[in-house]
Amino acid sequence: MTDQTAYNFAYLDEQTKRMIRRAILKGVAIPGYQVPFASREMPMPYGWGTGGVQVTSACLVPEDRLKVIDQGADDTTNAVSIRRFFQRTAGIEVTEATADATVIQTRHRIPETPLTEGQILVYQVPIPEPLRFLEPRETETRKMHELEDYGLMHVKLYEDISRHGQIATAYDYPVKVEGRYVMDPSPIPKFDNPKLGGNAAIQLFGAGREQRIYALPPYTQAISLDFDDYPFTASKADHACDLCGAPDSYLDEVITDDQGSRMFVCSDTDFCGSRRAAGHIGPMGTPSAGG
Amino acid sequence: MSILAKMKMQPLLSVRDLAKFYGGRIGCADVGFDLYPGEVLGIVGESGSGKSTLLSCLAGHLAPDRGEVIFDTKEGLRDTVLMAEAARRRLARTDWAYVHQNPRDGLRMGVSAGGNVGERLMAVGARHYGQIRDAAVDWLGRVEIAADRVDDRPSAFSGGMQQRLQIARNLVTGPRLVFMDEPTGGLDVSVQARLLDLLRGLVREMGLSAIIVTHDLAVVRLLADRLMVMKGGYVVEQGLTDQVLDDPQHEYTQLLVSSVLQV
Repeated sequence: MTDQTAYNFAYLDEQTKRMIRRAILKGVAIPGYQVPFASREMPMPYGWGTGGVQVTSACLVPEDRLKVIDQGADDTTNAVSIRRFFQRTAGIEVTEATADATVIQTRHRIPETPLTEGQILVYQVPIPEPLRFLEPRETETRKMHELEDYGLMHVKLYEDISRHGQIATAYDYPVKVEGRYVMDPSPIPKFDNPKLGGNAAIQLFGAGREQRIYALPPYTQAISLDFDDYPFTASKADHACDLCGAPDSYLDEVITDDQGSRMFVCSDTDFCGSRRAAGHIGPMGTPSAGG
Repeated sequence: MSILAKMKMQPLLSVRDLAKFYGGRIGCADVGFDLYPGEVLGIVGESGSGKSTLLSCLAGHLAPDRGEVIFDTKEGLRDTVLMAEAARRRLARTDWAYVHQNPRDGLRMGVSAGGNVGERLMAVGARHYGQIRDAAVDWLGRVEIAADRVDDRPSAFSGGMQQRLQIARNLVTGPRLVFMDEPTGGLDVSVQARLLDLLRGLVREMGLSAIIVTHDLAVVRLLADRLMVMKGGYVVEQGLTDQVLDDPQHEYTQLLVSSVLQV
């Protein structure tokens, strides 16, 4: 282990954090607008959450309690290594309990437990531009945002319905923020989309490789795009959690053997564990399993 | 409609002293004309004569260096050169249409025919899938594309079908002015003839005004009421189509008319 005092608090130098905070403030002031920032090289590859880590680093204060989740789980490689990164470079407290955390960095999920005022949710974003796969030119997509020229977003949904009979976009589902900017919510399942709008926490989005930061301040309106006759639906696997029995949480499907047996479990491990600790037991759960 | 009746009407588009320079070279210069509702104007000339530059300036794709382009918008007469980009794009989505020479430039090749036709509707706020799809199928029928091709991508269409799809996609919002850049270029003659028939029908039926850039005199003979002949960036002759083609005054027009191959 290297000498910990060689690092500034939370790894980044103060000037860089200052620059990122300015971008965050601008993002909060213009909800849904993608603010360019000078993304730094981080000691991890692009695609592992460099954007989220930089935003988290700029937000952290020594009193913070950090939670990191990857696909809802606290114990996957990405979550564990980012959590350890901040433990080592910032010496802050960490937690797995959603309610106890002040800053939560997430990849691909919003926690099931409702967030509260004062919490900050930091998303890792691979591609911040919702129009990117429809219009490859950056100059043109910026122009489209400027002029609110969003007809193309619905062309994508139209294509979904004409090809699949329904809106087949299941994650990365675009939202319109406060009737102005169309925003990419990062690849969260569309099940989580209703939690974006009116959320009590500050939601910050960091895209390291693409060098963009954007934000949803607390209680901001975020409406999922849809058609009048094909309204948005927050879908999930039609099942209850096999461990904790929760009927309304987002589920992962786990293949358990080579004969095709499977089980459905909550993707949010903290939510599932605390339910089991409170005595809720699903068909395959054991009372002894705790959170 | 008689010419006299048209004279009393407000022009849909009036162009004054329009000029566009590429550095020291002239793209087009000293262009001025009035286009009345329901009128079709042909612009002919050889390659490099400034036809496409002029059309791009009129349609707002290029910013002219001088002159004004007054369009009769729903809010009254407006100079589209001075207009804000947002307002100009709104015009381009509603009152205007632009048919490219190459349908690949005007279509989204990765999107189904129905999506292509529906895009303009969605851009102006249509949010009902069933209605958008009905409109798309209706328009495919009007340009003679079978309804069962609505979910096929344009890449599965022949060149003539792609061009007709591009026309359907442009006309679905009921524009008042259509810009066409060599709409029949690259099509074989029998397909050209059918497309011209179709265009003539649509223009008459919808009462469209159109500006057609072409180097094919047969196209303007069939479609255009009036004709402008360009050379070296300047308009050298303009007048009624039959008059210009049957009794050309300028030497370049005479050359152009006499160059047409007779079968």
